[in-house]
Amino acid sequence: MRRPAAAPGPIRAGWRSHDRAAYLLYLLPGLLLFVGVILVPFVMNVGTSLTEWSGVGTPRWVGLDNYKTLFSDGEFWASFRHNVALIIAMAIIPTAIGLVLAAALTDFIGKNFGGRTASVLRACVYLPQLLPIAIAGIVWSWILAPENGAVNELLAAVGLDSLAHDWLGDPKTAMAAVMVVMVWIQIGFPLVIFMSGLQRVDPSLYEAAEIDGASWWRRFRHITIPQIRPEIFVCLLWCTIASLKAFAPIYVLTKGGPGGATNVPSYFSYQNFFEKTDAGYGSAIATVLTLIIVALTVVFLRVQSKDLEER
Amino acid sequence: MSATAAQSPIKPRVRTRRRRDPSSHMVLVALIVLAAVMLLPFVIVVFNALKTPQEYGANGALAPPEGFYLQGLKDFWERVDFGRKLLNSIIISGSVAVLAVILSVLNAYALGIGRIKGRLWILVLLLMANTLPQEALVYPLYYLSKQLGIYDTRLSVIIVFAVIQSAFGTYLLSSVLGAFPRPLLEAARMDGASKWQVLWRIIVPVTRPTLSVLLVFFFIWTWNEFLIPLVFLISNDNQTVSVALGVLHGQRLMDATMSSASALLGILPTLIFFLIFQRTLTRGLTAGSIK
Repeated sequence: MRRPAAAPGPIRAGWRSHDRAAYLLYLLPGLLLFVGVILVPFVMNVGTSLTEWSGVGTPRWVGLDNYKTLFSDGEFWASFRHNVALIIAMAIIPTAIGLVLAAALTDFIGKNFGGRTASVLRACVYLPQLLPIAIAGIVWSWILAPENGAVNELLAAVGLDSLAHDWLGDPKTAMAAVMVVMVWIQIGFPLVIFMSGLQRVDPSLYEAAEIDGASWWRRFRHITIPQIRPEIFVCLLWCTIASLKAFAPIYVLTKGGPGGATNVPSYFSYQNFFEKTDAGYGSAIATVLTLIIVALTVVFLRVQSKDLEER
Repeated sequence: MSATAAQSPIKPRVRTRRRRDPSSHMVLVALIVLAAVMLLPFVIVVFNALKTPQEYGANGALAPPEGFYLQGLKDFWERVDFGRKLLNSIIISGSVAVLAVILSVLNAYALGIGRIKGRLWILVLLLMANTLPQEALVYPLYYLSKQLGIYDTRLSVIIVFAVIQSAFGTYLLSSVLGAFPRPLLEAARMDGASKWQVLWRIIVPVTRPTLSVLLVFFFIWTWNEFLIPLVFLISNDNQTVSVALGVLHGQRLMDATMSSASALLGILPTLIFFLIFQRTLTRGLTAGSIK
């Protein structure tokens, strides 16, 4: 990634077009597998979304009916609202906290207490990122358990028994509990990206600002954030896509419950595929999810390139 | 601060940098507290995985264990046949890593060195494998693998992930190979080396550091996958660590110490990889460019 993408260089003798065609052979296995594993299944998924099908027997063509049902399905819209909560917990909050942390570790801790202290602290925050999400979910669902769960015991230990709660089992707190877990999992990712981004910021910028008497907050706002804008964009896009694909944490923590309070589109499609055996409807949800991810990627990249042009 | 700079005009920078005012200590304390909070779940898991169920009942979740009680871990290991799950995860992640690297190299050879027509579009198309949500692929793949008779085999999962992971590898390697020193290739040509020989004798050895980083990434990414292995590997004998623990957890049959034993067994391999691979990763990333 350190090198620019393949640019059309000067064509030399020996790299003529008939010669290039011979390289197609090397692309063949990858292309064939791509068609078999990605392209055909994706087209099949779109096709299935236009039918009513239980997974066995012949699918019945219903046109856009599944999509019509989808748009009037309260459960579907609720799952999208929950996904917005996940975007907040997995993209917005970690990016915001990651920015402050990265600046504090680089600017404050690294300078005053040495780079080693900063990298140890960074490693601690990054550790949850390495866990398989399913395992992280197991850890937390047990910490948040109603009986003997660590959180409730901690509350009891400081005399707040009355606040003890079935965190994941109560529709009122389930989504908030899931959000806390996702922030814990996600926060290390932006931190690491931003800290490496900050390394390319010219230290004399900070020194000049410091000599001018600029407060930490002002340096943060006027130097740190503008300088690592590209990283902020990439991070927000990547985390938002990740939150739209979040299946494992919901499966392990709540299974979409209680009463659908934490259901998200990815889990909702899984339910339709494998629990309700309504493959047509599941495919429609998955197709809409794909469209949203593609649209979001395009919009983000547009905004990003526009931002780059303006600078 | 400008006053400090004015009073000591000779070395103002060193002054300001070394100065540790109370506020920077407060920041340090705050960050240490945050790090502790991030680590707390790991600590609690380790504590309780080492407790007897009686001890847990008497002392609760937060107390440190009184001794090293390994029976709980052992019982859990045997109950879920954890060795087998570990082996499945290693076979699947290892095969995917190797296959995906081979696929990435072949693709990138055609795109980066061969510079075949429409390479940009081919690259964007291949990257779809990474961008599409797996939810939009899982049902047709499930159906197709049943038709092909490879449903509920490790092979089916290996094939799917080899393709998905190779998308990123193709992207990374194409740009690395696009900048590959041409004189080296032409010299080999003069000596009569075929394309195949150029690939294996020159390209692969020179890009080795990048390939080993990809190998590690693919291994860990595949290890952490959940949805597709969950759908494809239904029999106990084929399940990966994540799927086995996730499914078992979903049945809500485990008591607290057993839950933490399972969590600890799930965490340990990741920590071990981290320690093993850390050097490869930091070394490989800096060696990622070719001289």
